[in-house]
Amino acid sequence: MGMTMTEKILARGAGRDTVRPGDLVLAKVDFAMGHDLTIPPAGKIMREQMGAEKIWDPERVAVTQDHFQPAKDAASATLGRLTREFSQQMGIKWYFEVGQGGICHTVLPENGLVLPGELVVGADSHSCTYGALNNFATGIGSTDLACVLALGELWFRVPETLKFVYHHRLKEWVEAKDLILYVIGQIGVDGARSKAMEHTGEALKHIDMEARLTMTNMAIEAGAKNGIMEFDEVTREYLDGRAKRPYTPVTSDPDAEYEKVFEFDAEKVELGVARPMSPDNYAPLSEVAGTRLDQVFIGSCTNSRITDLRRAAAVLENHKVAPGVRLIITPSSHQVAIQAEREGLIRTFLAAGAAWTTATCGACLGGHMGVLGEGEVCLSTTNRNFPGRMGHPKAQVYLSNPAVAAASAVTGVITHPSEVLDKMPAGLA
Amino acid sequence: MTLPKTIRGRAWKFGDNIDTDQIIPAKYAIYSLDEKELGKHAMEGVPGRETWASQVGQGDILVGGSNFGCGSSREIAPVAIRGAGISLVIADSFARIFFRNAINMGYPILQSPEASEAIEEGDELEVDLEQGIIRNFSKSNEYHSEAFPPFMTELLRMGGLVPWVRKQLEERRRQKPAASG
Repeated sequence: MGMTMTEKILARGAGRDTVRPGDLVLAKVDFAMGHDLTIPPAGKIMREQMGAEKIWDPERVAVTQDHFQPAKDAASATLGRLTREFSQQMGIKWYFEVGQGGICHTVLPENGLVLPGELVVGADSHSCTYGALNNFATGIGSTDLACVLALGELWFRVPETLKFVYHHRLKEWVEAKDLILYVIGQIGVDGARSKAMEHTGEALKHIDMEARLTMTNMAIEAGAKNGIMEFDEVTREYLDGRAKRPYTPVTSDPDAEYEKVFEFDAEKVELGVARPMSPDNYAPLSEVAGTRLDQVFIGSCTNSRITDLRRAAAVLENHKVAPGVRLIITPSSHQVAIQAEREGLIRTFLAAGAAWTTATCGACLGGHMGVLGEGEVCLSTTNRNFPGRMGHPKAQVYLSNPAVAAASAVTGVITHPSEVLDKMPAGLA
Repeated sequence: MTLPKTIRGRAWKFGDNIDTDQIIPAKYAIYSLDEKELGKHAMEGVPGRETWASQVGQGDILVGGSNFGCGSSREIAPVAIRGAGISLVIADSFARIFFRNAINMGYPILQSPEASEAIEEGDELEVDLEQGIIRNFSKSNEYHSEAFPPFMTELLRMGGLVPWVRKQLEERRRQKPAASG
């Protein structure tokens, strides 16, 4: 019996020829990540409780200052300082200071730090993002991270794999975000609980790497352990000149065993949103169009890479944000911000009346720079809209793609982008 | 710290898909290193449970529905619940990162759909952790929990991942001089 990509990576990490779903393995980790909320507890546990003085491999760890940084208050400044000091003391090679990095899940792929065939862990639930680059990547806790930092190994339960096959291709205006929101709407927020989501099919061939990262990013919103995609030309092109280490892609065997295979016709997927207050509360855009908004947020590890910002700018060009609405745009990394500046996107945003912020997780987790008050309604390009995620538990959050968000900021209500822009320019569609 | 054999306490009942931002709103992540302070705000994000933490008695038991602890990987979720005085979490099912975080902390959790379904708020419970039996004195009934794989049970018994890593590090230190000499 063959193995899936996920099983092969875990087997290699565990030094075994084969593994089966349900096996508990101790596996070597290829790369690990932590940030300003998870490094301080992990560092403390590693040094004070586990008694480790140094980390297993300073070249295979990345640390970002992204969640509450630039420090939103004195307590966050302390967490930032502990994160900085730990990184310096441990000699961590891939430390990204405020103003030089950004959100972990954009920073690691864009710097070629997470590669095909690798076993990657991150002390953040959206670490599953990296799987679009043909690796096994999963979110872990702080005690887990302390263990990895000390030993370079961690325990894993080999997950069952669910296969998602996408036939045909997405229609005009419909983005990878709409597809993944639709899928989560179909299977539910626990539909892939503790399992691997393997995405494949014709539609993916036409989805670029940044949009693929949007899809694997949201695996956790279906409860999955990881999201993973095949290695192809799109992967190779993205990694050329970027990859920091040699890598070996992995493929699923033709006779690999899947717990279930889901087939979707990508062509039939409509532009959509997740309604409050759960990411699986999918609705076609037509059902929620006209909903009045207080805030629109374009940001996060899900949908604020350069291609996302290009689409948002295309919609906002020569338009103004509607009175009574505020539009906040947070690039997901410093490199994305530099590129947005080069291309003149920031000028478009500022002219439209948007607030442009530094790269941070910021409003997505109700941290800072766009936290919602009681009863406020927000359309957000982020990943999660459980009660209280972006601030007050009685705030209402809708999730969408960036073009819908931009169009809705122009009209003040949830709006199809075609009402603001005739056609998405070639190359951005 | 090893696990007690039995736990007795009063039940607090919660629904399905209680996510980590409801268990401990992200704004309290600034207290990531302060379990007591986190405990004061546990479950504050669940509508209607804003003052819950102040009503919890030491040793009480939290009973959740399906997919308990979904959302963020932040370990402050189980830490906050423990900080509030809860001795054990029972649920129909757990989201995976919450599940691993609890095991890694050596913090007892039990998966039992029948207990999650039957137990009501305020029920007096006694739980035999080794046998996985949950007795409900208020309903004169008992439920069984699902057995964990041996390695997870072992981690729980040891007190979590910390003592396990200590042991691994000690072994590596012992092997090193031998290897170089």
